[in-house]
Amino acid sequence: MLGLKKTDTTLFLVVMGLTLLAPFILNPFPVESGMAQFNAGYPDLMQRFVIFGIFAIGFNILFGLTGYLSFGHAAFLGVGSYAAIWSLKLFALDVVPAIVFAILVAGAFAMLVGFISLRRSGIYFSILTLAFAQMSYALAYSVLTPLTGGETGLQIKNTDSPLLSNVPEGEIGRASFLGLDMGASQELVLGGWAFTFNLGYYIAAVAMLIAFYLSIRIFRSPFGMMLRAVKSNQQRMNYTGLSPKPYTLAAFVISGMYAGLAGGLMVAMDTQVGPERMFWTASGEVVIMTVLGGAGTLLGPVLGAGFIKYFENIISKINKDILHQWFAVLPDGFEDVMVSLVYPFVGKGWHLTLGIMFMLVIIFLPGGLLQGGQKILGLFRRKPQPSAAAEADGTKPAE
Amino acid sequence: MDQIIVQILNGLDKGSAYALIALGLTLIFGTLGVVNFAHGALFMLGSFCAVIMSRILSASHEVAVPGETDFLGNPLTRDQPYVYDWFGEAAGATIVDWAVPISILFAIPVMIGVGFIMERGLIKHFYKRPHADQILVTFALAIVLQEVVKYFFGANPIQTPAPDAFAGSLDFGAWLGFEPRTIMYPYWRLVYFLFAGVIIAAVFGFLQFTTFGMVVRAGMADRETVGMLGIDIDKRFTFMFGLAAAVAGLAGVMYAPIVAPNYHMGMDFLVLSFVVVVVGGMGSLPGAVAAGFLLGILESFASMPWMVDKLPGINQIIIYLVAIVILLTRPRGLMGRKGVMED
Repeated sequence: MLGLKKTDTTLFLVVMGLTLLAPFILNPFPVESGMAQFNAGYPDLMQRFVIFGIFAIGFNILFGLTGYLSFGHAAFLGVGSYAAIWSLKLFALDVVPAIVFAILVAGAFAMLVGFISLRRSGIYFSILTLAFAQMSYALAYSVLTPLTGGETGLQIKNTDSPLLSNVPEGEIGRASFLGLDMGASQELVLGGWAFTFNLGYYIAAVAMLIAFYLSIRIFRSPFGMMLRAVKSNQQRMNYTGLSPKPYTLAAFVISGMYAGLAGGLMVAMDTQVGPERMFWTASGEVVIMTVLGGAGTLLGPVLGAGFIKYFENIISKINKDILHQWFAVLPDGFEDVMVSLVYPFVGKGWHLTLGIMFMLVIIFLPGGLLQGGQKILGLFRRKPQPSAAAEADGTKPAE
Repeated sequence: MDQIIVQILNGLDKGSAYALIALGLTLIFGTLGVVNFAHGALFMLGSFCAVIMSRILSASHEVAVPGETDFLGNPLTRDQPYVYDWFGEAAGATIVDWAVPISILFAIPVMIGVGFIMERGLIKHFYKRPHADQILVTFALAIVLQEVVKYFFGANPIQTPAPDAFAGSLDFGAWLGFEPRTIMYPYWRLVYFLFAGVIIAAVFGFLQFTTFGMVVRAGMADRETVGMLGIDIDKRFTFMFGLAAAVAGLAGVMYAPIVAPNYHMGMDFLVLSFVVVVVGGMGSLPGAVAAGFLLGILESFASMPWMVDKLPGINQIIIYLVAIVILLTRPRGLMGRKGVMED
């Protein structure tokens, strides 16, 4: 279907089903039950799943295929965000031009940064991208304040009157899609369950499906093969008379555009942006997502993004009272011991859990969680089918 | 002229911290070939050694103040550090006051131990893995270390003052024949600079003039041949990792009075230290030290008011700008050797 091989079509359809049915899948527990805190089916979180999914898919095209580890990818996300908010403020309140504008500006910026950074490889490349991102952050924070709003960032204000949209005097414009409010939601109540369908989420979800489809096509194309060649042996590629530069630059720009798309969508959802979006920890986060899920695989980055955003929201909500409820079945003294043992890892300690998990994955599962899943499946399967084995080989990051 | 001297002096203490961290990073990279993203966390651990030590030294118990009562008629109590009981009032007060320099003695074994455990327990298993994996695992370790510190010490900076003897500022201008009180330099920063100089000299002396150092240098140049000569080079490299951790830790201990320790200070320094290492040239120890001081001083020049007036924001980006220019014109950094990290 759509020029995809059979296995890829299946994968794409599975991802499509999961994203489109996410409001159901992520809300498995009734609203009133004690497990409701594990529900992730509210619009804000679902939007973050798919937006960071896009960001990670894009990062994976660069890191997973070419092996160039960029530590400054958040800069493109930030630049895209700023472009989108200006489009909303000045041009039109519709999100489509804003997102297109975000992609183009982020792509142009990635072209500039990539052209310079890609002259070096290895750690030098990482440091160069990091330097550019930190520079953008510092400039957005200080000198470029007229353009970026400095520390407070940018929001849509009641003084803004976009060219193509009529905003009643004194009212704050809201981002919309073809005249529909982005925040519009439809509630569906079935027995004890409540499901929310949000327009913003579905726009982001469709964007992610397109992004995912394009990434499959890139992975399977001759261009993707060239990128893998860059990763496995650049010298040999040179000897065969091919220059890796245009390919890596193209990959860099594409992944910058993905980041711009993610940034534009973020603005489309919450219509605000601040410089902290470009800080290097944000760049580190997308690296963690991609590696945790499985760098160089199709599904890995999406999985990693969803995994991290889910646990970030759910684990950081757990507090001491909830822990006491959980361990209430245990004898009194033992309950307190368990609570004090678990407490450092939940709530504010979420980053500790993330760091430990990340370390364990890198040490024991260099291929990410996806590889872990395959290993577990392999235990149950008596004889791996030839096609499955080939798939496993194809998704393993090349040395 | 006096302005220039002020800026150079201001750049020295930050430059010293950069140079010390970059020195440790380069030691690890040159010996073990590992890019250690957890080095900033070691710096942070060092400055928390100072916090721990000053807490231990000022651990106190309540004693009754003889002859005084509060308004309810109960005997008045006050907190008295245990060291007062052991060494007497005057000596005890001095010890509490000098907590930061004393913590050096505490930090050296602790940091060498931390370095040993890190190398033997974790990094040893990553020699054969790609550089990207080494970066990622040490980055993850840095996150874990900083979150552990955050759990125990909270998210707020903890003030750790320098001894009172170094409280004031040195009137540097008067020495050089300028107007008095034009060039002022806090004593502690001067101490920090001298301390950094001593440490750097010690590390270089150790590598240059001892047999152990000679073997390590030989191992850096050609690991295999040294191994063939029957020397267990791995053991010595592990020690060098501990030494590098101790250098970062000491840089942190002495930096505690300048910037109050907080859990993310390591990450703040790490990013800049990497830039310093790359500018100096991966694997070059003199390069790391020179680039550290150079960038520290450049940064302080860029923060001069008239500079910021002419080029707004230059103080924020100067280091990165210099790094980009140097990397593009001199791919191996200022003093980088050929063939390092170019695969």
